[in-house]
Amino acid sequence: MASVEFIDVRKSFGAHPVLKGIDITIADGEFVILVGPSGCGKSTLLRTLAGLENISAGEIRINGRPVNTLPPKERDIAMVFQNYALYPHLTVAENMGFSLMLKKTPKAEIATQVRPAAEILGLTHLLDRYPRQLSGGQRQRVAMGRAIVRDPQVFLFDEPLSNLDAKLRVAMRSEIKELHQRLGTTIIYVTHDQIEAMTMADRIVVMQDGRVEQIGTPLDLYDRPVNQFVAGFIGSPAMNFIEGRLAPDGSRFVAADGTALPLPAGTDVASRTAAGRALVYGLRPESVRLDPAGGVPAQVVVTEPTGAETQVSARLASTGVICVFRERIAARPGEIIHVSVDTSATHLFDAETGQRL
Amino acid sequence: MTPTEIRAAASDSPPSRSVLRRFVESRNGLGLLFMLPAAAFLLCFLTYPLGLGVWLGFTDTTIGRPGIFIGLENYAWLLDDPVFWLAVFNTVLYTAIASVLKFGLGLWLALILNERLPFKTFFRAIVLLPWVVPTVLSALAFWWIYDSQFSIISHVLMGWGWIDAPINFLGDPGAARASVIAANVWRGIPFVAISLLAGLQTIPQSLNEAAVLDGATPWQRFTKITLPLLTPIIAVVMTFSVLFTFTDFQLIYVLTRGGPVNATHLMATLSFQRAIPGGQLGEGAAIAVAMIPFLLAAILFSFFGLQRRKWQQGGQD
Repeated sequence: MASVEFIDVRKSFGAHPVLKGIDITIADGEFVILVGPSGCGKSTLLRTLAGLENISAGEIRINGRPVNTLPPKERDIAMVFQNYALYPHLTVAENMGFSLMLKKTPKAEIATQVRPAAEILGLTHLLDRYPRQLSGGQRQRVAMGRAIVRDPQVFLFDEPLSNLDAKLRVAMRSEIKELHQRLGTTIIYVTHDQIEAMTMADRIVVMQDGRVEQIGTPLDLYDRPVNQFVAGFIGSPAMNFIEGRLAPDGSRFVAADGTALPLPAGTDVASRTAAGRALVYGLRPESVRLDPAGGVPAQVVVTEPTGAETQVSARLASTGVICVFRERIAARPGEIIHVSVDTSATHLFDAETGQRL
Repeated sequence: MTPTEIRAAASDSPPSRSVLRRFVESRNGLGLLFMLPAAAFLLCFLTYPLGLGVWLGFTDTTIGRPGIFIGLENYAWLLDDPVFWLAVFNTVLYTAIASVLKFGLGLWLALILNERLPFKTFFRAIVLLPWVVPTVLSALAFWWIYDSQFSIISHVLMGWGWIDAPINFLGDPGAARASVIAANVWRGIPFVAISLLAGLQTIPQSLNEAAVLDGATPWQRFTKITLPLLTPIIAVVMTFSVLFTFTDFQLIYVLTRGGPVNATHLMATLSFQRAIPGGQLGEGAAIAVAMIPFLLAAILFSFFGLQRRKWQQGGQD
């Protein structure tokens, strides 16, 4: 078990920078998820920690010890790959015990170390099979088993669930989380799926274009995104953005087409000085309520009932938005519904910088 | 047409369908028909010459005289012929040494070409060169390289002062054997190297990365990951390589014609020499037929070597 620190880590492929100064401190036993769109550098960052890529500048520390120049095998790190990287010519047991076999551990000893890991993951009856004879979920478990047998300081997961079907992914999510609670080992996990990040992580690191946008607990990021990118990335369906300005008296937000929307709760006076500046109004799909008595009019485009809730695509303030209602509503396309906005869960962003006000 | 007329026409057609038509329209008939060109080709150019060769081996045919059936007399004669046994020995030696060298050097070259290195495609193209050049042409080049007076190798070695007189590459039995093997290896390496390179590229990079993280040294990665995963390809490539080498003719014929004192005579060159310049078609054919058991053995070996390994089979429990 160990803490991990990235200190101003930079990495370029040729002239192309992929990591532009990453600072992250991860506590011992923490489950941290790196999330971001494809090409944001999250996988590269993970691989620099594993030692599969060299960094151009900065420092990486494990338990306070710089590891920049250490070869991968001396960093005591286990990694689960996206394609599992199981050795096809070895059985499940041999795959899991591979690292011990390399150290010339006696066979009986390997067997006694592989067995408990196989039991944790329910692989005991598959130990003699070859990877090709396993299903996707089973291969995923073997890959984790191989990491567990190593008993490393840090587990790395590189998009481990992206090759599984939706149902299995949900099941594996809770399995990995349970595993973390059981072993207590530090886990760094890379994904592009924000739901995976929200459901599993102690803390989430949102990355974009080689930079860290925000680090925080899942609910932190959901409730207080620092900028428009994080706000749009976290949450499903994604946050709606409506362009406009503050009213001259600073009491309301006025969309481009003139529709007035209430200001987010707690918007301070300082930001009201921004009257006239181009702003973006961030509206969570869940923070909208049906309010026939008045509120804001919206024209229904499509209604998608999912049973538990109703998802409505609508045009609000001449912008396409998605609203999620707890109640079942039977609005036909073209119909006008009236909604009110929960101002405690809406945000204002500077249109130019994207920063939250 | 009225409906009645259509029905009449339809009921008329089955008897009018000829046997040929029914044959062509049946699934198996059509399949046979499509196979006919290939089958005819194989019969004319493969089965017939092979059959004729086997038949000639049982006759005393010479050039200008159709032979008569003499049973196993040719083979009995060969059993007592020391030159034949020398050719068998030479062929086995030539194949064994050349194949081992081709495998070792080819694998080494493939591993180098699989690494990140500048001008990779250029080097890959260069490696293929010996394979692309016609054998006779490269054999002629080697003929000059091995010339007893003008050999560039002797010239260079004498220049360095390592030797006093030119090496008699093709005149001394031992040197001649080594020389033809070297020429064959030079020519055969590209096939092995490029095929194994293709095999190496099918091994996912992540397997090597996983092994690195598991603590494998480069040598362990080679022996525990690369080599086992490459065995299916190695089996195919080396089977072909052994077959090519065992039946080699052109290189020997251009370089030494089997000399000196039959030291480099292979079964293929001896068969040709006895049959065509020597005129003993029956005896030459018998020597050629005597190669078949060796080739069959190589094929059987590869058949078992090529069987899908347990880890390659998937799916069922």
